[in-house]
Amino acid sequence: MASQEKTKLVLLACGSFNPITNMHLRMFELARDHLEDTGRYRVVKGIISPVGDSYKKKGLIEACHRLEMARLATENSDWITVNDWESQQSEWVETARVVRHHHAELISSENINDDVDTVRCGKRRKLEQNKNICQSSSYINTETDTPHLKLLCGADVLESFGVPNLWKSEDIEEIVGQYGVACITRCGSDAEKFINQSDVLYKHRKNIHVVREWVTNEISATHVRRALRRGQSVRYLLPDPVVRYIQDHSLYSSESEQKNADVILAPLQRYTSTN
Amino acid sequence: MAGRIPLVLLACGSFNPITHQHMRLFELARDHMHQTGLYRVVGGIVSPVGDSYGKQGLVASEHRLAMARLALQSSDWVSVDDWESQQVDWTETAVTMRYHYGRIAAQYHHSKAPPTNGRPSSDVPQLKLLCGADFLDTFKVPGLWRDDHVEEVVGRFGLVCVSRGSLQPDRAIHESDLLSRHRQSIFLVREWVHNEISATEIRRALRRGHSVKYLLPDSVIDYIREHNLYTQDSEMKNKDIKLRPLTKQAIQD
Repeated sequence: MASQEKTKLVLLACGSFNPITNMHLRMFELARDHLEDTGRYRVVKGIISPVGDSYKKKGLIEACHRLEMARLATENSDWITVNDWESQQSEWVETARVVRHHHAELISSENINDDVDTVRCGKRRKLEQNKNICQSSSYINTETDTPHLKLLCGADVLESFGVPNLWKSEDIEEIVGQYGVACITRCGSDAEKFINQSDVLYKHRKNIHVVREWVTNEISATHVRRALRRGQSVRYLLPDPVVRYIQDHSLYSSESEQKNADVILAPLQRYTSTN
Repeated sequence: MAGRIPLVLLACGSFNPITHQHMRLFELARDHMHQTGLYRVVGGIVSPVGDSYGKQGLVASEHRLAMARLALQSSDWVSVDDWESQQVDWTETAVTMRYHYGRIAAQYHHSKAPPTNGRPSSDVPQLKLLCGADFLDTFKVPGLWRDDHVEEVVGRFGLVCVSRGSLQPDRAIHESDLLSRHRQSIFLVREWVHNEISATEIRRALRRGHSVKYLLPDSVIDYIREHNLYTQDSEMKNKDIKLRPLTKQAIQD
């Protein structure tokens, strides 16, 4: 009975994943532990959504490689998956749109399950009768059924909300207001301070879960790319299959780091030109 | 890499359990020693300490060995050695180093081809102790090390010391006359990535039912779960016991 009352959660991480590292994967594990420790949630799925090439970040290598590395990295995970919708779009997609897309996907797949599984439907209806809850809709779409989607990110993303022309304010409002954020941070106080100093974040502070990473783990993709350029080992910073993939395809060189060097980041270009 | 001195790196420690961080030490050290232009790293040895060390929370060496072997299965240059853990009493690091150096030297002399032009094909490999920066501070703990052993480990063999978090190994060297004297045989490797993942933290996470995935190999995590290692009880092991080096070496004074 207790598990019926828990809200099902799906964690969505957007980012370059250039390349994916053990730190990215740890984020999911830490967030899941934290959210389930509250007793209110059951985390049912994790989604890694690598950004498209049209993001134009310096040093961003082709999405096909970044996707494949993420797949190799999550081979042994029973809950973290990789999704290519975002990277397959021809233009860069705002994070809010990606969140919206995945939320819609979650709802439609729940509905498919409901249509197919009449036994489950029947049981659920009985439970709700017992609880005296009135369901007018024929879609069983209660809070405890459709998983909630939350954006999973590091504190740096939260703080990037403050960078001019990087985010649309209505997008920030939508992400924290309608969906919610699980933010992994080393220094809990920094994230909390930032939330406090932003009216829109403060308004939706109940939807922002600050997950304290007690054990510092700063394995950054930037550091990994630097080590690779210098012929240094990155073993044990990323899963072995990813290390092998990088070696087999000779990814990450001085040349690859220069990609998009003279190009403006897509969101900056888009939002600055509309001002 | 012709003309370079062959080098074997030996890491002694609890490995309770072995983590990605331990394995990173070897990778970082190898890269660093290669970049000096002087060395060619030919092997790495993980030597888990014996149970009689008496450290709090130390699980049986058979488990620590098994986990290390699982972790290093896919490594083509680092292996696990059980000599130290098989000794009846706790064995000083200097003694362990002497044992391994003897083995390496014997192997070298056995396999040496007849010299052409009167010159040997390569030098006998050197053995150096691989450690983290925190290790240097242990030299200061009263009764933990014999002075002549520190001379031998640092002076005769040498250290490859990987910096850890905010620890400054050069300060530890500066503050010790003995270490300063042997400055040339201490190689400091800077780990720029701030990574404080320790076996202590991993044991803590396991006690609390938290995930440790991606901090150590999956095979080691599976082993820990199968054998139910690292619980509240296991952490209490040796709680009121004095560390063996402190009792063994006091007797000899």
